[in-house]
Amino acid sequence: MFQVRIHGRGGQGVVTAAELLSVAAFNEGRHAQAFPSFGSERTGAPVVSYCRLDDREIRTREPVMAPDAVIVQDVTLIHQVDLFGGLVEGGYVLINTSRTFEELGLDDLGDRFQSERLMTCPATELAIEHVGRALPNAALLGAFAALTRQVPLDAIGVAIRDRFHGAVGERNFAAATAAFDHVTREMEAATRASTT
Amino acid sequence: MLRQLEGSKAIAETVALCRPEVVCAYPISPQTHIIEAIGVKVKEGSLAPCEYINVESEFAAMSVSIGASAAGARAYTATASQGLLFMIEAVYNAAGLGLPIVMTLANRAIGAPINIWNDHSDAMAVRDSGWIQLFAETNQEAADLHVQAFRLAEELSVPVMVCMDGFILTHAVEGVDLMDQATVDRFLPTYEPRQVLDPDDPVSIGAMVGPEAFEEVRYLAHLRQLDALDYIPVIAEEFAALTGRASGGLIHPYRTEDADTVVVALGSVLGTIKDAVDRLRDGGQRVGVLGIASFRPFPIAAVRDALARAHRVIVVEKAFSLGMGGVLATDVSMATLGSSAVLNTVVAGLGGRPIAQHSIETMIEQAIRGELADLTFLDLDEGVIARERARMARTRRSGPFAENVLRDISQTREDRS
Repeated sequence: MFQVRIHGRGGQGVVTAAELLSVAAFNEGRHAQAFPSFGSERTGAPVVSYCRLDDREIRTREPVMAPDAVIVQDVTLIHQVDLFGGLVEGGYVLINTSRTFEELGLDDLGDRFQSERLMTCPATELAIEHVGRALPNAALLGAFAALTRQVPLDAIGVAIRDRFHGAVGERNFAAATAAFDHVTREMEAATRASTT
Repeated sequence: MLRQLEGSKAIAETVALCRPEVVCAYPISPQTHIIEAIGVKVKEGSLAPCEYINVESEFAAMSVSIGASAAGARAYTATASQGLLFMIEAVYNAAGLGLPIVMTLANRAIGAPINIWNDHSDAMAVRDSGWIQLFAETNQEAADLHVQAFRLAEELSVPVMVCMDGFILTHAVEGVDLMDQATVDRFLPTYEPRQVLDPDDPVSIGAMVGPEAFEEVRYLAHLRQLDALDYIPVIAEEFAALTGRASGGLIHPYRTEDADTVVVALGSVLGTIKDAVDRLRDGGQRVGVLGIASFRPFPIAAVRDALARAHRVIVVEKAFSLGMGGVLATDVSMATLGSSAVLNTVVAGLGGRPIAQHSIETMIEQAIRGELADLTFLDLDEGVIARERARMARTRRSGPFAENVLRDISQTREDRS
């Protein structure tokens, strides 16, 4: 089982992101379960959603307490919420930011986790460029696909277009594709740097 | 067709396939998404003929449902928590009159203190109302139970409540195999009322009944509930033959055949408990699970058979009777009457407290070692309790205890950080 926890703020599509990820995995023939953290969601308030992916039936109903991946949609949550609590050894971290982990004061993450699995992506910028709104969730799903290879980008695209019809769906998928390409380039650069 | 969708949406789609003629509901979390989606279907005409009636309260919602059902319409509503309490007089009336209304209960805690999250306090508050109460373990079962509920309700002229865990199921997105119209139509015949308000053939429904007949009328209602014990497995089998799915029925035993210890529970927590039991089985413990699918009527004989081999029975429940203890456990104890099995009650998941698999595993291991108290509250913060009890002992005007507990918890967190 692969478990994902998504942190963001009300209005950023945190719950939708988990749902879209589950639909993408479902379309690939996998079992998937997405659910919100069940708070009284308000615009701007910290929100958490979860997604589980597995090749067999998912029965558990407990919140994701030991995620394999943490996606942070809103960088202002850093140092406010326990974003990385329970993250497993070898877990992935994906943060929506144009800054680096060092600039965010998260250098210590590199000591606790594998550095090639820690990734930043300027998803809000990509969303503004492609969607015209600061909604980073679709872009982050593209970045997640590149980083973890848990779901193919095409499946994310099907899920996005299924949820957002017409031009809105296409623009969101364009943002997801740009984020996928961004992360792929970053990973290739990191691989080159480590082998030379 | 197998689809990945929100539980509420799966319920709305399935209820629509059951061709309700009147839907009357008042929105309340976590039921809202269900009735919103049905409202859209009526508005856009994909659910027709059907009248969606907006009302000012839950009391009105159930009252309109009663009127619609008495007039011969297939009636559906949904609610949760305080909404159920607000309609409770009409809830009793629907059952007392024998009107086959189907209602989704998106299980949620009852205040005060106000709490929107899941537990089973609302279902337990109407346990004795005369409604059949079916509990769903998954969104698939919740959807399937609605189709069975209309059939059951109309066959027996008894209202049926489908209980599904609020948020945990209603807001979870997972795979649900939605039925098609032809299959539902084959399973669910047109509603043929046993009684109907018809101007051409007038009857009176809802007469005053005095001491000369009240006991007999109530006993007849009890017999209809007992009839349901026979009928529920029949329709579950028929449903399984049609869909290949083992939804509904009276009980769901899991790995109980050779189990010394059996955990009994209602609803979605059964999934987490099954995972815990598999882990303990891997460690050599002979543990099983018994899901109660029909809480009212309570399948006492089936539960007795399923627990006959067990030396220890642990009832995990998301509600309790203050000043007494377990509600489900009391019913289970009637089924194990005369057996030497030890019975533990574990209250868990109140007001949305997450029920963690490791807590369940630890609790079962404690029970097996004989170290579990008869009545246990899972993951209870003993420190908070002790400090508030001390405050109350110290000062007459100790203040509102819910607020005191909240302040205590945030203070403790600050001290730690």
